[in-house]
Amino acid sequence: MRIVVPLQGIVQGRGGLILGSLIPCALFYFLQFYLKRNRSSPPPLSPSESSTDLPKAAGISRSSSRNILSNRGSIRPVPVSSRATTIVRSSDSIYYIGLKKVSENPYHSSSNPEGIMQLGLADNKLSLDLIEDWLVANLQKSLLGEKRGDLSISGLVSYETSAGLMDLKIAMAGFMGQVMQGSVSFNPSQIILTAGSTPAIEALGFCLGDPGDAFLVPSPYYPGFDRDIKLRTGIELIPVPCRSTDSFNLSIAALERGYEQARKRGIKVRAVLFSNPSNPLGNLMDRKTLYDLLNFVTERNLHLISDEIFAGSIYGTEGFVSVAELLDTEDFDKSRVHIVYGLSKDLSLAGLRVGVIYSCNANVLAATSKLTRFCEISTPTRRLLISMLSDTKFMNEYLQINRKRLGKMFALFAEGLNQLGVECFKSSAGFYCWADMSKFLRSYSERGELVLWESLLNSGKVNITPGSSCHCIEPGWFRCCFAALIESDIPVVMKRIGEVLRSHKAG
Amino acid sequence: MSATAEASKLLSRRVTCNSHGQESSYFLGWLEYERNPYHPLSNPSGIIQMGLAENQLSLDLLETWLADHPESTDFKKAADEAGSSSLFRDLALFQDYHGLPAFKQALADYMSELRGNKVSFDPKKLVITAGATSANEILAFCLADPGDAFLIPTPYYPGFDRDLKWRTGANIVPIHCSSSNGFRITRHALEQAYKHAVVKRKLRVKGVLVTNPSNPLGTTMSPDELRTLADFIEDKKSLHLICDEIYYGTSFLSPGSFISSIKQVVDGRPHLSDHVHIVCSLSKDLGLPGFRVGAIYSDNELVAAAATKMSSFGLVSSQTQHLLSAMLGDGDFRRSYTAENKRRLRERQRRLVEGLRNTGIECLESNAGLFCWVDMRHLLAKTGCFQAEMELWKKIVYDVGLNISPGSSCHCSEPGWFRLCFANMTEATLDLAMHRLRDFVERDEAIRRSHRRPPGPAIIARWVRRLSSKRRPLMQLSR
Repeated sequence: MRIVVPLQGIVQGRGGLILGSLIPCALFYFLQFYLKRNRSSPPPLSPSESSTDLPKAAGISRSSSRNILSNRGSIRPVPVSSRATTIVRSSDSIYYIGLKKVSENPYHSSSNPEGIMQLGLADNKLSLDLIEDWLVANLQKSLLGEKRGDLSISGLVSYETSAGLMDLKIAMAGFMGQVMQGSVSFNPSQIILTAGSTPAIEALGFCLGDPGDAFLVPSPYYPGFDRDIKLRTGIELIPVPCRSTDSFNLSIAALERGYEQARKRGIKVRAVLFSNPSNPLGNLMDRKTLYDLLNFVTERNLHLISDEIFAGSIYGTEGFVSVAELLDTEDFDKSRVHIVYGLSKDLSLAGLRVGVIYSCNANVLAATSKLTRFCEISTPTRRLLISMLSDTKFMNEYLQINRKRLGKMFALFAEGLNQLGVECFKSSAGFYCWADMSKFLRSYSERGELVLWESLLNSGKVNITPGSSCHCIEPGWFRCCFAALIESDIPVVMKRIGEVLRSHKAG
Repeated sequence: MSATAEASKLLSRRVTCNSHGQESSYFLGWLEYERNPYHPLSNPSGIIQMGLAENQLSLDLLETWLADHPESTDFKKAADEAGSSSLFRDLALFQDYHGLPAFKQALADYMSELRGNKVSFDPKKLVITAGATSANEILAFCLADPGDAFLIPTPYYPGFDRDLKWRTGANIVPIHCSSSNGFRITRHALEQAYKHAVVKRKLRVKGVLVTNPSNPLGTTMSPDELRTLADFIEDKKSLHLICDEIYYGTSFLSPGSFISSIKQVVDGRPHLSDHVHIVCSLSKDLGLPGFRVGAIYSDNELVAAAATKMSSFGLVSSQTQHLLSAMLGDGDFRRSYTAENKRRLRERQRRLVEGLRNTGIECLESNAGLFCWVDMRHLLAKTGCFQAEMELWKKIVYDVGLNISPGSSCHCSEPGWFRLCFANMTEATLDLAMHRLRDFVERDEAIRRSHRRPPGPAIIARWVRRLSSKRRPLMQLSR
């Protein structure tokens, strides 16, 4: 009004009213235009990030006017995508903080006995010696020496022909059959190979859901699923809590509730994702629950992703039932079930980056096959694996010995914790002890759990994973990897944990 | 509808759409080749693959090195005196997305050396990825939100449609380059593309991506072109520049002379360092596509940090990193390999260019790459027509038996250009390819000449009779 009235006063006569309306309109449009131009620059980064730009700005030469002009433009950080910002901020998560602290000061029994012991990563060091011995005896021959057919060296350096890749698929199918102890036979042409199971899970995410859709996941679950599914695919993960009172078994009723709640919020659920054997629990899904799960996904028209990456690391006495076994024997719709596997756990070859998608759905196979362009297994590694996995006798021996060693180490570790008054979940597989430290919490809450975690990490110098990182709704559970330890480390770990628990509770 | 059909319909829009670009003629040609691949003994009439930009000319040098250095491939190095674990254990469990330090150092040294040591690369700013395909996609994820756009000069590598657009949801807006100036990028073309993106398509432009040396052109950017690009980025203020230098090591200039790298420009304009990201790979320089080794180099800490984490989706096998840290760490081998490789590429390129010239076909003058950008506009049934280009391409694939890449698959704005690769075959195969092409062109020329010939006596007589027979009724009418 303050602008309009004087202007109306200035411009008298017939044009005054028109101009009096035109001028505010013009001002309004200029404002919109100004806002629109400046909308393209993103909100400023957090203070710690933007402060790193200031020293750089100071160092820019100011010898020419062009440089001065562009200095002004470049002091504001050049914008990146929201995905980039999100992923960098995730370094603040507990999972990464723990890993970082260990890498700065890693424990070693002789060279760094005061360092931080790493029980947060699923590394199995118990049986690497077996693989090492095999490699020393056989690798040279398999990679370079023998010129048999396509194993000659020129195949090593160039793109493999599809025939070369099929050799690896055949070897992998055979190995997976051994892992399942003969209960399933896998068809090599239904295998897609990826550089690790991380991209395998992500690839299935891209295939089965659109941004904004969701997967249901029984919790507690592997923290990496948050990155693998949520980061780039835009798919949400909806945890379906499992409780200690049910021995953390999945209840179909809870799954139904999760599905309905999502539907009411307008979220489209596309799949159920679960790991079997479970990470972090180490339990096996029984046949009946698998049946019920298959019925559930069929009725709701969903996909089912079964991450069976620990299938070869089962030390308990109960038998493992792969979802593939049920598909073979029962009349379920095979096209909605997809299995993820890999060699990072069962063979401790995480560094070689070997993952598998197994599916009966031709469209999923076609799509994930195209996606492997972004995550292919390196040819020297393919060679090594074709050779090693085809040595079925060695693989059989390895699997048996590895299971025994895991079982022994789990028993020792769980016993050690029991003596400290910590109860452990009765796991049958995997590398983790799922330990109940709830009675040592100062407050029975996530906050209380994190306080204890911090104490264990900083005072006790032991890095374990708090249950909240695994989306466990009951505070006080911790995931401890025992497979990276040697027997003589166990008393050291227990002493450190014991000291912290005692002083924590007393404090 | 059966349950199976229902489940199949349950796939995401991303995979049921076509933006992976693998229905393009570039990839269809490969499929044809795979159905009927040429082999000198078992299938001499098969299709010769000239659509694969792979360097197989110097594999023997790599093989010799590998055979002479078994320590690079075995894991025999045992635990040392300090009691640290053995090499194998370290590698088996090594999945740190920061990459093997020894490998990154060797790669940084190699990249600097290729550029005549006029620039130096800091290993800490390298992000290792499973091939340049993964590197380009990761950069697109890091720089652009769904719906944002990258400007890319045409013609460009068809794989960019998949790498930059498919999963990221980004768009590509072409910067049209023309043969009138050798397909060089001009400021005018950059501005036109930018305006088209922002005004016409209402997209937010996040950056420009260039390939230097260019795929499919085989040309390298002059210092002026690099400066034009840098000026453009500087003026627009919030744009990124991705410089894909994966073919850098394939330049066949004489020893001692080096093609310009964007790194030199950035070193001279440090305020642009946060805007520029370089992609490199060992698939072309070293001829190791199967190893799946690529890298992003960026001074931008945020981008490098984000890309490092994203590389979890495509890490390089620790076994491969170890092997390559030994190979690239061997300075003498690096230098002798580079020199000999360039010499072989230069010779082979000349052979292709001369072979084409003898058939009356010219190429764009190139000094790098594993291919030539070939001018077949004069062979089109109808000039300036993309359909004619497709028809010519089909004839060359099916009748002549050469899988070459049509310019339209590279989004070239002028029909009639094709990319022919020369480094993935023996000399004899190349000669055979030239021979087949020559035969085809001569046949084609003969057919054209026959269509242009003035009508022969028989034909004239026929037309005279026809015309005369038509006139009689008229004369009758008029009477």
